[in-house]
Amino acid sequence: MGRTAKTNKIGLTREEYKGSKSTLCPGCGHDSISNQIISTAYEMGIEQHRIVKLSGIGCSSKTPAYFLGRSHGFNSLHGRMPSVATGALMGNPELHAIAVSGDGDTGSIGLGQFKHVIRRNVPFVYVIENNGVYGLTKGQFSATADEGQYLKYYGKNHMPPIDLCLEAIIAGATFVARSFSGDAKQVQSLLQAALRHHGTAVIDIISPCVTFNNDPSSTKSYPYGKEHQIALHEIQVLAPDYVEGKEEITIPEYDEGEVIEVDMHDGTVVMLKRLAQDHDPRNRLQAISALEQAQRDNLFITGLIYYEEPRQTLAETENLLHASFARLPDRLNRPSEQALADVIKNFM
Amino acid sequence: MVISSPLESASSLTQTPIINDFAFTVATQNGSGSQTSNNVLVKTLFDMGIPVNGKNLFPSNIKGLPTWYTIRASKFGYTARRYQTEIVVAYNPDTAAEDIAKLPENGVCILPADWNWTHSRTDITYYEVPVKDLMAKTDIPSDFKKRVENMTYVGAVAQLFSIPLDMIYTALLANFNGKAKAADMNMQVIRLAYEYFEANVEKRDPYRFEPMDETRGKILITGNEAGALGSIFGGVNLVAWYPITPSTSLVDAVISFKHLRTDPETGKSTLAVVQAEDELAAAGMILGAGWTGARAMTATSGPGISLMSEFSGLAYFAEIPCVIWDITRMGPSTGLPTRTSQGDLLFIHFLGHGDTRQIVLMPGTCEEAFEFGWRSFDIADRMQAPVFVASDLDLGMNNWMAEPFQYPTEPIQRGKVLDEEGLRSFIEQHGKWGRYMDVDGDGVGYRTLPGTDHPMAAYFTRGTGHNPMATYSERSDDWIENMQRLHRKIETARALLEKEIPPVVDVSAGAEVGIITFGTNEPAIDEARDYLASRGIQTDYLRVRALPLPSAVTEFIQSHQRVYVVENNFDGQLCQIISLEHKQSLEHVTSLALGDGLPMTAHWVVEQIVAREGK
Repeated sequence: MGRTAKTNKIGLTREEYKGSKSTLCPGCGHDSISNQIISTAYEMGIEQHRIVKLSGIGCSSKTPAYFLGRSHGFNSLHGRMPSVATGALMGNPELHAIAVSGDGDTGSIGLGQFKHVIRRNVPFVYVIENNGVYGLTKGQFSATADEGQYLKYYGKNHMPPIDLCLEAIIAGATFVARSFSGDAKQVQSLLQAALRHHGTAVIDIISPCVTFNNDPSSTKSYPYGKEHQIALHEIQVLAPDYVEGKEEITIPEYDEGEVIEVDMHDGTVVMLKRLAQDHDPRNRLQAISALEQAQRDNLFITGLIYYEEPRQTLAETENLLHASFARLPDRLNRPSEQALADVIKNFM
Repeated sequence: MVISSPLESASSLTQTPIINDFAFTVATQNGSGSQTSNNVLVKTLFDMGIPVNGKNLFPSNIKGLPTWYTIRASKFGYTARRYQTEIVVAYNPDTAAEDIAKLPENGVCILPADWNWTHSRTDITYYEVPVKDLMAKTDIPSDFKKRVENMTYVGAVAQLFSIPLDMIYTALLANFNGKAKAADMNMQVIRLAYEYFEANVEKRDPYRFEPMDETRGKILITGNEAGALGSIFGGVNLVAWYPITPSTSLVDAVISFKHLRTDPETGKSTLAVVQAEDELAAAGMILGAGWTGARAMTATSGPGISLMSEFSGLAYFAEIPCVIWDITRMGPSTGLPTRTSQGDLLFIHFLGHGDTRQIVLMPGTCEEAFEFGWRSFDIADRMQAPVFVASDLDLGMNNWMAEPFQYPTEPIQRGKVLDEEGLRSFIEQHGKWGRYMDVDGDGVGYRTLPGTDHPMAAYFTRGTGHNPMATYSERSDDWIENMQRLHRKIETARALLEKEIPPVVDVSAGAEVGIITFGTNEPAIDEARDYLASRGIQTDYLRVRALPLPSAVTEFIQSHQRVYVVENNFDGQLCQIISLEHKQSLEHVTSLALGDGLPMTAHWVVEQIVAREGK
């Protein structure tokens, strides 16, 4: 397919990856994330009909309407997106999914489903747009809000926060990342890697709420994020062609000792160039202690925090045919008349 | 009178032989292995060609609490639970006094000799089984002894009531899937008891079995197995579930039949069974799968239905096909988890907040459990809606005689689904496509499935307000238009169900009195109608098998002087639904609602109707 300056490798413009107009507050971090999803899909040349978009309920969960307008979307129930995603990907294992949730959706009402979808290793990208606050109901604390934080209507928060990256690692996630909605480049490279991951890929993106939680003292605010984000590494995804099959990957030269290569299931190599800390994302204990330490220091570390070679996906565990079941011929969905007669004999 | 009277047979016994028309209660402790003994007895009687029905009345407990199993043989083919049984196998010392007290005059009690029980009733026959002595004579390792002790009563029953030992052995083998070692161990005990009775005990009661030819070609199966098998042949692709009595055995059966869905070419399956973390997730999974066009179902009971109510409302409003089996047990709340009920009907018909009206299928037999198993998916796909199957514990967990199941009569029907080509021609014809446009006027839109390779195929599914184009809308006129369309759809469903799952109607008596019911009450009502007819009360009959309520109910009510709505819940829920839908006077309609946790008896039905008919 020919490329022009304005179209990607499957001949679509960036415009054609957009959804409907956002109804979120101007300046909302969530809108930046939608933009990164649009850019990533455009850059990767993703065929939108192969993607489904899923979400729960909340400000974040509205966003799938605002990107990838040619992908089917499902805005489901509060905290229940993981089960709907599981069903969708079991109903048609050929599909890929991008799901968006919030900190209320994932960290409170949906914490159980979050952990269980990870445990089952359903292969999809699970984006958490984390702002530490309930926006649609006008500013209550969420379970990820900082201890001791002050909000106008609700006073001081006395509870410690739940760290969703830690929860993901403990639940058995094989791809856990954290980023900041203001860091377009990092969000995009993480999304690229996550889309190629053969399992549940969790990206917790700190996404400031400009209306209810943008006080510089909040770790989920723009000013705080800009100042206290510690990027662990620079990320570069070197990938075989997403559509046309594998191409040879040439790895650029980095200095030994500064670069970690993460080989992904589909032949992609994620290059992590170490920055602030000596962090190897393939070490589970190190990932957990890095998150613990960051929480104690009131910092947040960003990048690919934990990665491991993915285990079987749920569809593989179930030995499921890789197909859209609705499109299969009847003979694969309904056993023969003889098969029924044979079973019936056992009950005579 | 040719019909055995459920009210009088127990007290009118004489020493004239009573053949193939009596019932047993087997009282044991839960977890003592009595399920095997009872299943073997039922299967043997079935193999002897005698119409039989076994019902397990069990506690919510793993081991120790009392459990009762009733076995009814009826040469007339009656399968309802008997109000009273002539024979009790009293193997549970905790309940023996009460069990024996319940026996009618001329009843029979079989109990362990080791108890030295006082034979205080002079109007019944006692037989004592020397359980300890018999077990001491076996070479069974002591670890197993406790588990096969119950086989002593099987041997006693076989000898006393003329059941051939070779037929018991055949049933034992079938029970242990052909494993001779297990069957032989049990058989050893049965034989010892049989021989003891043969040599030492004089028969002093009139009850006897004789071979018949009334079960040839029939099968013996539980409703949960039948429903599972139907779902397998209905093309189910995902069963997502959370364990709950009494629905668990339905999913167990799906798993046991899952091999039928392996593609021989690839060795891969077209069916997954996922045990979810709770019923919320189970419901979410089947919605996700149904949205992609796959066929998905769950099986649960009351508490699970409560948890699924939010997703059920979403499925109704976003119009996503899926199938939900409710193997109903006693509620409210945890209720009686191991007792049968028809008490969820109102709840599931209106499940979901706001204005919701769900489709409900109500099987009353194993044949219907199988048929609704596959047909529910066609209806869900054609109506783009969840379909509830309201079964109950009695149908689901007990063994019933049934005709061999009929292979689905139609190919799989996926309803209004547009693929790439379909979408192209739809847009050509109508200028545009919107998920909820009602171009046919039947309330059912055309849907595209995720994965459809067409730039206009995608739409956004939501539980929020939407217009025909599936875009978000808070406009009142859009809301009203959508609700009106959903009501058109309900009427379409009513007509479809009336055609494909019409009520069972018998107006052959041309009677003044009509009986309306649903589900598993039919055996009790059938028997009651025969008895009532013998007392000069003719009745007509209608069994509802699907909701929305068929219009045939209205006609039936109008064409009868007095109508009784008979159901096994406390509040008369079907009667309430009738009163909502039926616009004419209902003064002549009486609700007869039971709801005591047990399968209905003919005795109760007769008592209720005789009291009101004054005969």
